[in-house]
Amino acid sequence: MTTLTVPARPAQDADLRPVPWRRMAWVTWRQHRLALAGTATLLGALAAWLWLTGLQLHHAYAAATACHPASSIACIHLINSFNAMDDFLANGGILQAVPVLIGAFVGAPVLARELETGTFRYAWTQGLGRWRWTLAKLVLLAVAVTAAAEAFSVLVSWYFQPYFAAGNQNVSLSEMSPFFPGLFDLRGVAFAAWTLAAFAIGALAGMLTRRVVPAIAATLAVYAGLAFAVAGFLRQHYLTPLVTSNPNVPVSAWIMSQWWTRGGKFAFAGWPPANILQRFCPAGPSGPVGPGGMPKAAGIAECLAQHGGYTQWTSYHPASQFWAFQWIEAGWLLALSVLLIAVTVWLVRRRAA
Amino acid sequence: MNVIEASGLGKRYGGTWALRECTLAIPAGHVAALVGPNGAGKTTLLNLAVGLAAPSAGAVTVLGGRPPGSPAALDGIAFVAQDTPVYKNLSVADMLHLTRNLNRRFDQAYAETRLSELGIPLRRKAGRLSGGQQAQLALTLALARRPWLLVLDEPVAMLDPVARHDFMALVLTAMVDDGVSVVLSSHVLAELERVADYLILMSRGRVQVAGEVDDLLASHRVLTGPADEADRYAQWPVVHASRAQAQVHLLVRAAADDPVPPGWEAHPVGLEELTLAYLREPGAAALPGPVRGRALPLETGEPSEVTK
Repeated sequence: MTTLTVPARPAQDADLRPVPWRRMAWVTWRQHRLALAGTATLLGALAAWLWLTGLQLHHAYAAATACHPASSIACIHLINSFNAMDDFLANGGILQAVPVLIGAFVGAPVLARELETGTFRYAWTQGLGRWRWTLAKLVLLAVAVTAAAEAFSVLVSWYFQPYFAAGNQNVSLSEMSPFFPGLFDLRGVAFAAWTLAAFAIGALAGMLTRRVVPAIAATLAVYAGLAFAVAGFLRQHYLTPLVTSNPNVPVSAWIMSQWWTRGGKFAFAGWPPANILQRFCPAGPSGPVGPGGMPKAAGIAECLAQHGGYTQWTSYHPASQFWAFQWIEAGWLLALSVLLIAVTVWLVRRRAA
Repeated sequence: MNVIEASGLGKRYGGTWALRECTLAIPAGHVAALVGPNGAGKTTLLNLAVGLAAPSAGAVTVLGGRPPGSPAALDGIAFVAQDTPVYKNLSVADMLHLTRNLNRRFDQAYAETRLSELGIPLRRKAGRLSGGQQAQLALTLALARRPWLLVLDEPVAMLDPVARHDFMALVLTAMVDDGVSVVLSSHVLAELERVADYLILMSRGRVQVAGEVDDLLASHRVLTGPADEADRYAQWPVVHASRAQAQVHLLVRAAADDPVPPGWEAHPVGLEELTLAYLREPGAAALPGPVRGRALPLETGEPSEVTK
């Protein structure tokens, strides 16, 4: 039997050098490498697919824009083929689910699995101490998934680049607003920030529910609610919109509202009422007009301005505010994630202490 | 030094007190057994001592006055929880590596030697070990941390008799060779007689008896005599009375040299008998300090009700 050599007395608290933080790197990797490998596999497979289809997309775009004269049959063919490409990803599609999948499957089990299987009784009574254990794990995993998500979103940004090139509209190519709800949070820094937030939501849900499956379900539900609320109600208030009376608002702008004045007084909001259209622009500027048809809307604005003395006002966020919006969204999501992780660590610490 | 010291310690879960008014001091250098029926508060007391739970009332310190869960307390106490949790998907070698990384001290050579003696392969997943091997692994990990105090919650409950014996042998070796103090909870009485030299009996969330086994045995005797004379011994605290036909057996708190009345016989008491007697009488207590009891009429032949 090997003999242990035990010091006669426990070390005084002051003499006690804490267990080094860096040792948690191995612990975190060893315990969560399956989740991290799953994340890498998911992102890797999507990246390979984006890369392959993205090359075709960029080729088609280059061919369509290089074609002269633009009105030739051959060019129209190329333009149509670009516009028809990849409907599947054209408005974000399944990529919207990636952050929450990472958050739910990496973040939620970190604490929930320990609490569910009882292994927290082992982990939290080791010399490192439970709040340091929790903090180290959450920070390391958060950095890992956020970095992976950011790398992935660089590729996503590249993929969607052709749709956001200025002037596409003029040559009949698809052009989208960078604020388009399904795409805004896939590009720039927002995607990584949403992934981080999903991870932090998952970690806290795991601590609160103490079960893996309910924690994953809670993460999915909370994340979906937050994402819809932000896209639908919050994002538009990040910055004060610009206001213009120029009817030719660029297609890349995010239009908040439109209203009309006459003689300096408010006349009506939104689309002109039928009686006013009938009175001043009876024929309409040829053909059916609808809220979606921007050139026609501009035509109506000119017609009503000339014949009725109406002025159309538009409040909008220009495409140039894209990065400001990105940093605002990433900033508050980062703050939220830090807060959620801090609350999680505090709960772990308080649970016994 | 007291390895665990509690004063007025209480823990409430919801509206139920799992442990209340617990005052005790377990000195270092013992294998202290915490005995009581299920729900007596043993696990609660141990969780409070290792810092997994926070007291609702009172206070508890460990290793000579340190707060549970503090770095010094965590450093000096190794805890093996009830179901000996190990990460099922990690190999035995990874469990060693994990424990080494989470602690300031870890005796890798000891752990590897011990595991090879036990025939536990390092490359096997912890989840594929038998229940006994998982318990041995958890105990080996705990001992390789070179703790001053080893806390074991129901360590042998899930083990077969051979594994139980091996497990307790390792605990005893650690205590004898290395001076590790041990506090363990159990409701397996037979094992305790062999290993425990300090006994804490608990029931209904309270501490009933606490003391060194030798002292407890020396201060209790079984008196056997005619049933109709049972109430003559009201001056001695009767822990438990049982009646067999015309005879009555009284387990009383009395020193060995106390006089035995004529017609009565006195026997020393065994640990298991003593433990069972107290467990059958949750109201009886033999705590430090003056404790009086009184005998009650035995007409029914049922165990008497004894008050403090």
